[in-house]
Amino acid sequence: MKAKVYVTLKPSVLDPQGKAIKHSVELLGYTAVSDIRQGKYFEIAIEGPLSATQAREEAVRLARDVLSNPIIEDFRVEIEE
Amino acid sequence: MKFGVIVFPGSNCDHDAYHVISKHVGQPVDFIWHRETDLRSYDAVIIPGGFSYGDYLRAGALARFSPVMNSVKEFAARGNLVLGICNGFQILCEAGLLPGALIRNRGLHFICDYVNVRVESVDTPFTNELKSGSVLSMPIAHAEGNFVCDDATLDELRRENRIVFRYCERDGQVTDNANPNGSRDNIAGICNRERNVMGLMPHPERACEDLLGSSDGRDVFRSLAGTLAAAA
Repeated sequence: MKAKVYVTLKPSVLDPQGKAIKHSVELLGYTAVSDIRQGKYFEIAIEGPLSATQAREEAVRLARDVLSNPIIEDFRVEIEE
Repeated sequence: MKFGVIVFPGSNCDHDAYHVISKHVGQPVDFIWHRETDLRSYDAVIIPGGFSYGDYLRAGALARFSPVMNSVKEFAARGNLVLGICNGFQILCEAGLLPGALIRNRGLHFICDYVNVRVESVDTPFTNELKSGSVLSMPIAHAEGNFVCDDATLDELRRENRIVFRYCERDGQVTDNANPNGSRDNIAGICNRERNVMGLMPHPERACEDLLGSSDGRDVFRSLAGTLAAAA
């Protein structure tokens, strides 16, 4: 199984990298783009006799304890069987 | 009085800290490799600047899982002094020993420059020989020094007088212009509730010799050593 974890800055936290990308995109003429937020993406291979629910729990724990900092970031987990 | 300087893979201000303790404080000091776990022989521990684990994932995020960090937590819980400088501050925040987080500078650039900071609290073992409101010149060298925290944490830091240093103009005025990285409330350094753990982004250990541009950082180490001497 594969767990996909998306880590994003909380909406209240300034994202200077996203802002810089947005600025460059504007210069290229993408006038419809109103905002860009940069995040992180992790692909985690999970082995063993785990159900999808258990795999999700494992990935959520990992995302919460290691991959994200709850003070500044949110995360979302998807399981691919 | 014995000091320890923790060394992670990627620490690069460990020797500066060691130099200041041995030369200016004049006390015994050891390097402590991050795999060590016995801190019983130390009175104070410094977590130095650098790029532990290459700043992978987030600055300070992986260092938190090094074996020595559990010992640092216990060491701090027993009331011993822990000073985190730059990457050391980031590690202390990631480890939950200090509140808040340090994110990318608002201007995106890595900043290597002298800044002025105002001493906001002299009620810490690290600043008790300083004058409240005085202005220190110290270098910063970081890309992730932008201190963020939620409103409740900021209120708590203010109420408990735990903001130790704030970025300011040369004359001590705290302005947005003097804020190099976008830190909330111009915060450059804070301490924990028990006041025995302090983290700051500027480098006092690189500001201990006039030849290097400033010796204002010496008073931080003088305070630290004085506190330990008084407790001995």
